[in-house]
Amino acid sequence: MKEIVQMIVVLSVICTICGVALSGFRNMTADRIENQVLMNVQGPKVKLVLEGAENDLIADRKNLSVNDEQLLLFIGKKQGKDWAIAYETVGQGFGGDLKVMVGYDIEQNNLTGVQIISHKETPGIGSRVTENQFTKRFKGLHIDIEIDPNQCPGDIDAISGATYSSKGVCEALRKSIALYPEIRKQALAN
Amino acid sequence: MGLSKEFTKGLWNELPPFRLVLGLCPVLAVTKSAETGLGMGLAVIFVLTCSNMLVSSLRNVIPRKVRIASFIVIIATFVVVVELTAQAFFYPIYEKLGIFIPLIVVNCIILGRAEAFASRNGVIPSALDGLGIGTGFTLSLTVLGGIREILGNGTIFGAEIMWSSFRPFTFMVEAPGAFLSLGLLLGIMNAFSKSN
Repeated sequence: MKEIVQMIVVLSVICTICGVALSGFRNMTADRIENQVLMNVQGPKVKLVLEGAENDLIADRKNLSVNDEQLLLFIGKKQGKDWAIAYETVGQGFGGDLKVMVGYDIEQNNLTGVQIISHKETPGIGSRVTENQFTKRFKGLHIDIEIDPNQCPGDIDAISGATYSSKGVCEALRKSIALYPEIRKQALAN
Repeated sequence: MGLSKEFTKGLWNELPPFRLVLGLCPVLAVTKSAETGLGMGLAVIFVLTCSNMLVSSLRNVIPRKVRIASFIVIIATFVVVVELTAQAFFYPIYEKLGIFIPLIVVNCIILGRAEAFASRNGVIPSALDGLGIGTGFTLSLTVLGGIREILGNGTIFGAEIMWSSFRPFTFMVEAPGAFLSLGLLLGIMNAFSKSN
């Protein structure tokens, strides 16, 4: 009996101490890790989406709340003036969530670029949606284009063999465009 | 047997991947380049030394029947510390090592040293044992990674060193190259120690 109690007590104490220490350490590093992930994962993509921006895109990011959802907004500036915004939306690809970053020119209301932030598509087939060959087709589109829920906009061909993945990108784009008026308003307000 | 022997044994007599032939999973997986090998090795040195010290200082408190569970909790804690640190300060290396950092928890070298050495010896010998074995592991990984990187990519630590007409054997940086180079090194070392 005494032995069992001793085992329980020792193991519980060790686990508790380790747990407390780790959660403390996690809190200490959380900010830095968030920053690192932004710089290394989203940073390069944001730069492509808002190509031509002259400010530090990561430092000038903002947290917005749209329809009760938290959203990270990147703002691109040219000659000190707000020029374009970019944010992420999610579509359903073939293998799972497709996170897509879309950038908008807020003056002309057209797309400055589209990049895939993360995906779970089949390597070599669905993953081709991340290639410039595909993403560049969206550049310059006006936000008034109709996007049929099951299709890509008229002049955008899906990648053959990767229909679901292409649709997933367009679904994310459709959601993104639907949010655009609200986000633009908020971005201009502050 | 002096204290220094606890350190130096890890460098040859009990060199982890080649003499103990333990912990081969990361050895094969992360030695695509000298840089990733070194990064992995440093992470292991830290975890091994800290867990050895803690295990040996708690060796009289932990009941024998739950020792493995306790060791695993202690090791896992240090591994998470390494993982968060790597994520916060060395993100590119963290991305390259990926799943193999959390997998240090189940690396048999670390559990093996906790069980075979730290739980039976004092704090200072255990710390030296951890440092020695960890250094041996790091050197092995760096050398193996270096060989694979030079032959497979023509570079070392990212710097071009081969002549310009050199055509890299790409397969050296892929999985078969890992088995091949580990096997050859193991064979060479065995031949060497036999002839002594």
